[in-house]
Amino acid sequence: MIRVELPAHLRTLARVNGEVTLDVKGQATQRSVLDALEARYPVLRGAIRDHVTQQRRPFLRFFACQEDLSHESPDTPLPDQVACGKEPLLIIGAIAGG
Amino acid sequence: MSGVRVLVGTRKGAFVLTSDGKREKWDVSGPHLGGWEIYHLKGSPVDPNRLYASQSSGWFGQQIQRSNDGGKTWEPVGNKFVYDGIPGTHQWYDGTPHPWEFKRVWHLEPSLNDPDTVYAGVEDAALFRTTDGGQTWEELSGLRGHGSGPHWTPGAGGMCLHTILIDPSRPDRMYIAISAAGAFRTDNAGKTWQPINRGLKSQHIPDPTAEVGHCVHRIAMHKSRPGVLFMQKHWDVMRSDNAGESWEEVSGNLPSDFGFPIDVHAHEPETIYVVPIKSDSEHYPPEGKLRVYRSRTGGNEWEALTKGLPQRDCYVNVLRDAMAVDSLDKCGIYFGTTGGQVYASADAGDSWAPIVRDLPAVVSVEVQTLP
Repeated sequence: MIRVELPAHLRTLARVNGEVTLDVKGQATQRSVLDALEARYPVLRGAIRDHVTQQRRPFLRFFACQEDLSHESPDTPLPDQVACGKEPLLIIGAIAGG
Repeated sequence: MSGVRVLVGTRKGAFVLTSDGKREKWDVSGPHLGGWEIYHLKGSPVDPNRLYASQSSGWFGQQIQRSNDGGKTWEPVGNKFVYDGIPGTHQWYDGTPHPWEFKRVWHLEPSLNDPDTVYAGVEDAALFRTTDGGQTWEELSGLRGHGSGPHWTPGAGGMCLHTILIDPSRPDRMYIAISAAGAFRTDNAGKTWQPINRGLKSQHIPDPTAEVGHCVHRIAMHKSRPGVLFMQKHWDVMRSDNAGESWEEVSGNLPSDFGFPIDVHAHEPETIYVVPIKSDSEHYPPEGKLRVYRSRTGGNEWEALTKGLPQRDCYVNVLRDAMAVDSLDKCGIYFGTTGGQVYASADAGDSWAPIVRDLPAVVSVEVQTLP
């Protein structure tokens, strides 16, 4: 079970409260977790990754276990603590005013 | 009893303002979709409770929301806007080629006869259409395929397709406008397009009378005379009496011919409205006086409408999609400001009063006249 914490506006969009928990087939990577997240909540397609390029949107960051994973390859395994559900994958909106 | 519903898009959400036909007392609902930029929301002419909204954010990109109950509740629909084929390049601000990149939907124009068909004008400039109520969107790529795209440039707000007008007498004819490319017309439902900018003069391009490159801010038409168009350009107010084949300037005695919105009285096709702004870098009213200007002669002769509007120390802007008219008698005129005020006139502009004063910056205003 993978835990994912979404920014408030994406929780509203997906109509969820609190953390999201996902069953991810195979190895837990950014790509496999986001694929599972978007499969469960199709409204999030395009809101975290570009529809076509699948690149992370520039004002979003991925954190876990006090580390910034934003610039890791999408196929790099997530930390064990995330993969076993002890720590959440945090999807964070950049602190950029607004 | 008839009534009106004013749909207001702001930098931080959508608001729905409703009143009866007297337009004196208002109910304010919102923010809907709070925290997101709502560039535009508009209702279907054939199903007034069917609304579409463009919801966007620098963080989370584009969403399209749909309401089936006049804006009480909303549901997200499709948000995948992908250019047809290889997008190519347009000119960047410095004249260098820059790849076409989707940023947001500026304007949603529902079909005149099908509530599930909507046109979307987007940045970087292109026209999309849905025929399934917003679930899927396809580009009408004949517009970018015109061939002049490499000469289009962004205006200060981005390279946006902001105006979509459908000819009610010829459904295959549409007009669109792009900052800064100009106006275009299709006579075959979007398959092919031609630029319609003859008569425009723009000093910001090497050839001021070029076929494309003009920063058109807004075009308006009266539904009874769809071949007559009125334009607020970056500078200059223009009119065309031949479906855009040629334009003549009608700025006349305006204190400034720079501005953004332009609209036409619902029952008087020669009565038009603009809001003069001081200059292209001073986006506020001349002399700090917020004045709507009305011409009853289709341009050239303008009168200032000031009753009820601030006549000192006012430095707000009125953006291009932030003016609309209802079809009651007398015609109601509405506009919103970057200071968060929405002003209404229930007597065709003779007098004004604020419906609300303290919304987030207003980006768009539309009005529905309800039975």
